[in-house]
Amino acid sequence: MSERRPYRRSMHRWWLRDPYFVRYMAREMTSLLVAVYALVLLVGLVRLGQGEAAYMGWLQALRSPWSVAVHSVVLATFVYHTWSWFRIMPKTMPTLFLGGRRVPQQAITIAGLAAAACACLVLLALAWGAAS
Amino acid sequence: MSRSHEPVFWSLFGAGGMLAALVGPALVFITGIAVPLGLLPAELMSYERLLAFAGHWAGKFCAFGIVALFLWHAAHRIAITLHDLGIHARLATQVACYGFALVGSLVAGWALLAIGG
Repeated sequence: MSERRPYRRSMHRWWLRDPYFVRYMAREMTSLLVAVYALVLLVGLVRLGQGEAAYMGWLQALRSPWSVAVHSVVLATFVYHTWSWFRIMPKTMPTLFLGGRRVPQQAITIAGLAAAACACLVLLALAWGAAS
Repeated sequence: MSRSHEPVFWSLFGAGGMLAALVGPALVFITGIAVPLGLLPAELMSYERLLAFAGHWAGKFCAFGIVALFLWHAAHRIAITLHDLGIHARLATQVACYGFALVGSLVAGWALLAIGG
């Protein structure tokens, strides 16, 4: 009896095969830097509880060129996260109807991005207000 | 029908992703770039100020929400991506990823409670 050896397409580097897969992977990879930023904040919280000297050490570490460089990459990643999050939102949520009409996907994306822009502006305004 | 624990993790993933999408960029810019570079006065993140923030229940709520939800968001996405990358040890990756988020959340909660208020 001959052994059947059906052709099986390799899954090697499947994420490079299609621009859609590349975008999917880029979106998934943002989570690594979200975790990094959460850990930076978590260390800050722990150091804050340990007293002024410990906290000042954390604050000093944030001023290093390495930290600023990493945070620049993290910032770019978060902006991409925001953009991609609201781009896929209409596909992950139940279809939205308004006045008996289906809300177009693009409208949901734009509304989400506008909400994010507002939230970020409010946060920045609060920071600037608290600083002055 | 057996119950799945998936909706719990998916909700945490969604909440964290939404929070990150809404306030993440501004937060990273303020804490990681503007204050360290002096675009905003260092006084904004002074010890006294942050201690007062973390001492208030609303501050604790915000700080815990941001750290914990960001961790759960990342953990769920990383667990799924590992599967997509061909690592099919589902239980092991889930325990590692969700365990990481759980430990991080507990540490955040413990640190905030230790600060008191």
